[in-house]
Amino acid sequence: MQTLMNQLRLATLRFAPGRAVLVAMLLGPLVGAFVAYGAIAAQEPNEVVIDNFTFGPPELTVAVGTTVKWVNHDDIPHNVVNKDKVFRSKALDTDDSFSFTFASAGTFDYFCGLHPHMQGKIIVK
Amino acid sequence: MANEGRDDRKKGLGRREVLECMVWAGTGVLWTISGGVPHSVGLIGEAAAAAPAGFTFMQMSDSHIGFDKKANPDALGTLREAIAKVKAMPMKPSFIIHTGDITHLSKPEEFDNADKVYGETGVKIHYVPGEHDMIDEGQGKAYLERYGKGSKGAGWYSFDDHGVHFIGLVNVVDLKAGGLGNLGAEQLAWLEADLKGKSASTPIVVFAHIPLQVLYKEWGWGTEDGTQALNLLKRFGSVTILNGHIHQLAQKVEGNMTFHTALSTAFPQPAPGSAPSPGPMVVPSDQLRSMLGLSTVTVLQGNKPLAIVDTTLA
Repeated sequence: MQTLMNQLRLATLRFAPGRAVLVAMLLGPLVGAFVAYGAIAAQEPNEVVIDNFTFGPPELTVAVGTTVKWVNHDDIPHNVVNKDKVFRSKALDTDDSFSFTFASAGTFDYFCGLHPHMQGKIIVK
Repeated sequence: MANEGRDDRKKGLGRREVLECMVWAGTGVLWTISGGVPHSVGLIGEAAAAAPAGFTFMQMSDSHIGFDKKANPDALGTLREAIAKVKAMPMKPSFIIHTGDITHLSKPEEFDNADKVYGETGVKIHYVPGEHDMIDEGQGKAYLERYGKGSKGAGWYSFDDHGVHFIGLVNVVDLKAGGLGNLGAEQLAWLEADLKGKSASTPIVVFAHIPLQVLYKEWGWGTEDGTQALNLLKRFGSVTILNGHIHQLAQKVEGNMTFHTALSTAFPQPAPGSAPSPGPMVVPSDQLRSMLGLSTVTVLQGNKPLAIVDTTLA
């Protein structure tokens, strides 16, 4: 993959390398820690948060009868689609949510129908 | 052999002799230069009809009408700026190819606003959908009702213009868990039938939203069965593949195939792997327009790669 990327002339404009990159590298982990803390503090139980094209937590275990809520925190719409078509949300814009009540036990694999590399799993016991 | 090519009596006529012969014969042969190689395009009478200077069309992409977040609070405004550039062109393009994500959320008013602004160009727009154009309640019904006339399946079609065969493919529907963009068996069968009987010398332009080649799997930037489509195109002498989706320029030439992804008119996205996700990239507002833009494609005579010039809104 890296080789292919090197072959490509990705003409993405990069702004002021050097010092800006150094500052970003030093601040990166700190900013990341704050963001992570904020997300964890705001997240309710039985809630899956969509952030940075990722379902978090990627795997959630709940009891039969639990309602799971997905919330999209990205600036890009996502949806939630079960592989076996048990549930499918509409497109969720920023801060939109979707809830589904799991009436029976089982493992429910799901993905984003727009960005299918995004995957998650609900285990109902 | 200083005179080789000019006075090469052993190997036949050089370029100068051919030209001189033409003058002697009293015929007018019109030449056009592409890629530094001259091509004859026939006698003057025929050549005029064949538009020897080639023709020009535009590629526009990812207008995301309805997007109003931090990366660009006014995606309709920047589309207007891009359209103003088209309107200011000294020679109007023959048509515009739009490689998807016309809207952000497939809402009727987003399509309406886009249509109004694109309509100002006065030229035909050939669309293919992006995944953002297929997320209405009817999962693509809104797009197909508006732009799908005469198309097959989820909106794929082909047409001919100036001797070039154009093929619009749809790789944003029926996506599979863990996978990439998807063409599907039905569309691939249609493509095979569409290309059947076409001469290998026919220049081909393929356009689709998600890149047909895999650019970055981790972010889903590629098409699962894209290789199958590319294999069907291999026998052609000139194939140009125009994509969008990644909101940045990527160009690659592989044999007879030229791959090009266009800039968005709405917001930039990060280079592969350079950010935690491919989401909209927030840049200082004075830099935004240097990362948005549109592409002008000029088709030259002969089996030459198409000339693609990318212009930013800055």
